[in-house]
Amino acid sequence: MSTPNASGWRPEMNAGGADDTTTFTGNRALMLEEPLIFEIGSTETTGVDFDQEDGLHASLGGVVETEWDAVSDRVDALRRTDSIGLPGLSEGETIRHYTRLSRQNYAIDLGLFPLGSCTMKHNPRLNEKVARMPGFADIHPLQPQETVQGALAVINELAMWLIKLTGMHGVAMTPKAGAHGELCGILCIKAALEARGEDRRVLLVPESAHGTNPATAAFAGFSVEDIPATPEGRVDLEALKARLGPDVAGVMITNPNTCGLFERDMKAISDAVHAVGGYVYCDGANFNAIVGKVRPGDLGVDAMHINLHKTFSTPHGGGGPGSGPVVLSEALAPFGPIPYAARYADGSFKLVEEESAGAEHPDTFGRMTAFHGQMGMFTRALTYMLSHGADGLKQVAEDAVLNANYILRSLDDVLEAPFGGSGPCMHEALFTDNGLAEGFSTLDIAKGIIDEGYHPMTVYFPLVVHGAMLIEPTETESKAVLDQFIGALRSVALRAKNGDPALKSAPHFAPRARLDETLAARKPVLAWSEPAVVPGTPSLSEIGGS
Amino acid sequence: MRYLPLTADDRSAMLSVIGATTIDDLFVDVPPEARLDGPIADLPNQASELAVERHMGALARRNRAAGDGPFFLGAGAYRHHVPASVDHLIQRGEFLTAYTPYQPEIAQGTLQMLFEFQSQVARLLGTDVANASMYDGSTACWEAVVMARRITRRAKALFSTGVHPHYRSVARTMAKYTGDVLVEGDPELVPGTDWADLAAAVDKETSCVVVQYPDILGRIDDMAALAKACQASGALLIAVVTEPVALGLIKAPGEMGADIVVGEGQSIGVGLQFGGPYVGLFACKAKYVRQMPGRLCGETVDANGKRGFVLTLSTREQHIRREKATSNICTNSGLCALAFSIHMTLLGEAGLRQLASINHGRALAAAGQLAKVPGVSVLNSAFFNEFTLLLPAAARPVVHQLAERDILGGVSLGRLYPENAGLENGLVVAVTETCTAEDIAAFAAALKEVLA
Repeated sequence: MSTPNASGWRPEMNAGGADDTTTFTGNRALMLEEPLIFEIGSTETTGVDFDQEDGLHASLGGVVETEWDAVSDRVDALRRTDSIGLPGLSEGETIRHYTRLSRQNYAIDLGLFPLGSCTMKHNPRLNEKVARMPGFADIHPLQPQETVQGALAVINELAMWLIKLTGMHGVAMTPKAGAHGELCGILCIKAALEARGEDRRVLLVPESAHGTNPATAAFAGFSVEDIPATPEGRVDLEALKARLGPDVAGVMITNPNTCGLFERDMKAISDAVHAVGGYVYCDGANFNAIVGKVRPGDLGVDAMHINLHKTFSTPHGGGGPGSGPVVLSEALAPFGPIPYAARYADGSFKLVEEESAGAEHPDTFGRMTAFHGQMGMFTRALTYMLSHGADGLKQVAEDAVLNANYILRSLDDVLEAPFGGSGPCMHEALFTDNGLAEGFSTLDIAKGIIDEGYHPMTVYFPLVVHGAMLIEPTETESKAVLDQFIGALRSVALRAKNGDPALKSAPHFAPRARLDETLAARKPVLAWSEPAVVPGTPSLSEIGGS
Repeated sequence: MRYLPLTADDRSAMLSVIGATTIDDLFVDVPPEARLDGPIADLPNQASELAVERHMGALARRNRAAGDGPFFLGAGAYRHHVPASVDHLIQRGEFLTAYTPYQPEIAQGTLQMLFEFQSQVARLLGTDVANASMYDGSTACWEAVVMARRITRRAKALFSTGVHPHYRSVARTMAKYTGDVLVEGDPELVPGTDWADLAAAVDKETSCVVVQYPDILGRIDDMAALAKACQASGALLIAVVTEPVALGLIKAPGEMGADIVVGEGQSIGVGLQFGGPYVGLFACKAKYVRQMPGRLCGETVDANGKRGFVLTLSTREQHIRREKATSNICTNSGLCALAFSIHMTLLGEAGLRQLASINHGRALAAAGQLAKVPGVSVLNSAFFNEFTLLLPAAARPVVHQLAERDILGGVSLGRLYPENAGLENGLVVAVTETCTAEDIAAFAAALKEVLA
């Protein structure tokens, strides 16, 4: 279609220069630039071969049986005639394009991915193998139920694990991600209040909650009120109690919280909220810190989503898919969504959908996604649970917490740990950028650690501390890996404290230097378009390129 | 445990660095009454890879896979052949095990792929811009309704009766809590769509009109007149596409004037997977981009002037705007979007058009054969690869009788609309390139036998 120009680099840039760090192609040995498919593909090329004529194509070639002429005429009236502009590549070119792109990515398979609150742990490949078994991967959501008993058994078995691990009463399996799970839990609360004939409009959300929490509450029509954190990073119980009243539908709380701390007062919070007729939503994104050690049901939680991709290791694929089942208390379970897989006394399974909900689940708030949830994530998560077992999952929590505390104690002499004095953290260690040289911030440390070969930690979250750095090593990192990371971060932190100017322009060794995010937002370019030809621009052939 | 690298010596060395004696010293903030000591009742302990594979394999074999015999199900999820290289590429660890591209310098692979995906989707759907994917088609459809309300400041959404009933059901659930007013109903068993009626019903209270294309009965129609009616009243036209392969043959909704086009991208690259994970497509006219939910990837330059990509326009998002956010979504379907994008790249325009033609051709051939079964007729006056058969009896028991003969012969309208007895004789049949001449002949023969 047009000149490959992946990097914005143009051959003439090299014309008079003696800079021997620049290559003609823009490539640097194994670090390869890759154009867009729109720049290298063509609308005539395809990497797919179709079956040869087998008699079924005939109806397209004019041999249409009489009664279908009319159908074909009508389709012709709607035929897409203009070029769509979709480039194609041969199979080999396709593999090369995406393989090259993949090499521009950091991933857990390459090293420690210490994103706090995101829980990037090893993704076992058995999970992938199981999810691809044809009996799971190649079944349709609307197949007759007698032909999908194994799939319904998986949903049911996974649900049983989640209930037992959390000490809750029921579970809604269909939410498609953590935030969708939050919405599910909040809709359960709303439905329960409605069933009681109450119109409570306020949800209390502590400052340290995920940004999704207030967004979810607002999306479901609640008004959101913040609850401050104490100086040691936990929910201010007294402030919470002071705000409780008959207009409060409930509280959305994260435990372990986003400062990496366990909410010691969780039971007292639950009791206080319940005493005024409200419900307790717990953001379970950090469940991996307590799985097998603490059951949220024992703390009075009414609803909690569990990010299967975090705690139970389903790969996050560059931003999704996730999966967010929600465990529910006895009070909220009757309001959970449909469909769900029910097990009957004879060992058979049935989907409770709109049709049977009236008899078996009359108070359901309804359906929140077209089909049955993230089945591909369910098979992976169940495989992981079975591999670890209850004893292994307990070890998961212990090792995750041990690793985080090891990082906290190994770095708190060079980085300020705002709540480090108040005792152990859970599965993530929180630092701030206080004490760096003038003009240096968390961002510089993050970009500096990239050059050391690591993905940065979560930055500027949680919002309750200045210049937050939230580090979550997870349980799948060895001591040797942690020691190397600690050494690297210590080195970068010291450079930031000493005001090393080179740190301001890091990263230097990544595929790209710091990107202009302001430009991207001010002049959004969100889709590729054919570049306008600029008169006077030399073509590759004119300057001797091949 | 094979996934846990710490040794007992590591653990005690680390505890001493921390200054703790036992691991439970680190759980000191958990009140004793909430601690769980000892095994959890009724849950097994750890198991070998072989043992787990055996258990899961046994469960998988209790399902009838689509490839095990003739298969004609659609109604929102379609079986297409996915080239082997798609699954190979998405299993590269650098794609599979990456996170959201929050650090663009070391996430250009995911970001460039998302930019390419956005560009492909916008072209396929005939719109200016597309986002970097949503959970699935049904949730994307609801988000489009909410977006239309934000733009028009009106709350009445008119749903075509041809919209997938589960999509409507999701909208109904959400509308109860947001206060949107939905006007909806079940389809009638007539050859044409209800779009002319919808055009007449649009008024100054209407935020949007939602239509599906091809619709739940497989019908296709020109939406240009409806788009004009919406425009005249200041309402938005939202088009839902559940079978994007169709757009290789028939006009895109954006070309016909739809303001927002949402879709289920599962057909391309993703596979059936018993309903998920799928990939929601979301596209719209450029002027509405700041009201769009979900992630967006944009082109920019780095400090050295090289082209690069970043997540952008995040000021709409939950992590910045909290309760004022455009939506609460913080996950997309990145890996499924990648599968979609790779499959689309392999197809290219030429391949997509050919694939669409083969689908349509086979569907025509199948409709011809099935309509010859005594008592059976085809409802549609136009269709792509899916059509509705009218049977002389209720379709639900027929589906089960066909399954006993090892033929998965479509989705009965009785299952989709259990409360509507007027639709129970309808059977929605999808025919893709995976259906062979033998499959079609076997289906027709079995249907004849069951109906006899």
